[in-house]
Amino acid sequence: MPNKNLAPRDQRIDDALDTAGVRHRATLKQEWPLLLLLVFVWGALWQDFSPGNLIFGAVIALVIVNLFPLPPVVLSGRLNLWYCVKLFGWFLGQVVAASVHVAWLAVVRGKKTRSSVIAVPLRTDSDLIVMTVGHVLTLIPGSFVLDVDRSSSTLYLHYIDVDSAREVEKARENIRDIERRLIMAIGSQDEYEAIKNECSPRVRRTKEKP
Amino acid sequence: MIEVVVWICGSLLGLGAIACLVRVAKGPSILDRVLALDVMLLIISAALCLEMALNRHTDYVLFVVAACTIGFIGSVTVSRYVSDQRNA
Amino acid sequence: MDLFLDVLVAVLLILGCLMSLIAGIGLLTFPDMLTRMHAATKPQVLGFLLIFAGLAIHLRSWTVIPVLVLAWAMQLLTAPVSAHMIGRAGYRTKHAAKETLYSDELRQVVEKVSSAPHTGTVPEIDPQETGPDAK
Repeated sequence: MPNKNLAPRDQRIDDALDTAGVRHRATLKQEWPLLLLLVFVWGALWQDFSPGNLIFGAVIALVIVNLFPLPPVVLSGRLNLWYCVKLFGWFLGQVVAASVHVAWLAVVRGKKTRSSVIAVPLRTDSDLIVMTVGHVLTLIPGSFVLDVDRSSSTLYLHYIDVDSAREVEKARENIRDIERRLIMAIGSQDEYEAIKNECSPRVRRTKEKP
Repeated sequence: MIEVVVWICGSLLGLGAIACLVRVAKGPSILDRVLALDVMLLIISAALCLEMALNRHTDYVLFVVAACTIGFIGSVTVSRYVSDQRNA
Repeated sequence: MDLFLDVLVAVLLILGCLMSLIAGIGLLTFPDMLTRMHAATKPQVLGFLLIFAGLAIHLRSWTVIPVLVLAWAMQLLTAPVSAHMIGRAGYRTKHAAKETLYSDELRQVVEKVSSAPHTGTVPEIDPQETGPDAK
């Protein structure tokens, strides 16, 4: 079973209202990626990246963020650009391969296609990683998230063309691989070290047997 | 050259759109229809991109951005109300 | 060079549009709603990537690239949201044909949740957390 004590509780994304009914506001330190994104959107829509336009975009971004506040998204505070680039390249490769596979299924297999609903318990405890894993695997054709159990970080997926116990296991390992890559790229320091020290999945399982 | 390409692409998109319409007409559940209409929106966006390529302008690019950004709201709304009636 | 770019544009555009056609074929041939959803994801990601790349190369302009990147990024951000909502609604409302599934590891969980009283929490799970039933 996955280790559930990888990360502290404060990795959870805050709900809009906490148990006392207080609404949390994001601080500027938490919000700068969103502001940067909004400025980029402004520049891209005008197709003009001159300084004046960008400054005006920044002013509008600040106004929007303060008029329509969102609950803060807690990032892990760690970002490895090299693993991000690797992740993106791997993602594109997966998308192409999976698209060809699903296309083959659609044209040749058709009505005889069998798929499975599988539960994948993730090792991570942070909402951010669970959400990005679900996002990435939904974007790769052939699998998407049906449901999430937040308390145990379990994803329930619909996986196409899985019709034997061996393939169920293989699909599960695929998702664990996505999780590993994401933690390498954007996971917190604790999780990163836990993933790095981890042996291959098979060795880990034999180790955990008492 | 680009004219020929646009003709080929247009017929591919048209066939895809016909398939979507068949699914919209047949679709046993409302979710099937929403799904098919989602694909239809993508096909329309792709057709606008083709038109921009053919006539070498970028007038419709904002529509494509808008379709990509808020196109999901319709299907989310429908599925939200479908899932409200439990065990239906 | 120009000829090479033109051929590249042709290949990219045709492949991108082929994704839409295959999505349409998938919508027709796949047996149930949840399987059909896989077909719908294809033009969203790869198809748009190819078409946008072809368009940017064909227009030979740098200023259009950020806005196309923005459109693609927005597609990547929003597509899984609707996929998740449609899939969840389809699974819960029994619109999905369960007989095409090889294995189903979610059924027991859903049955446990729907047979429990509507307290807004999931049985046997920490009540502080929102379970799979949270809206």
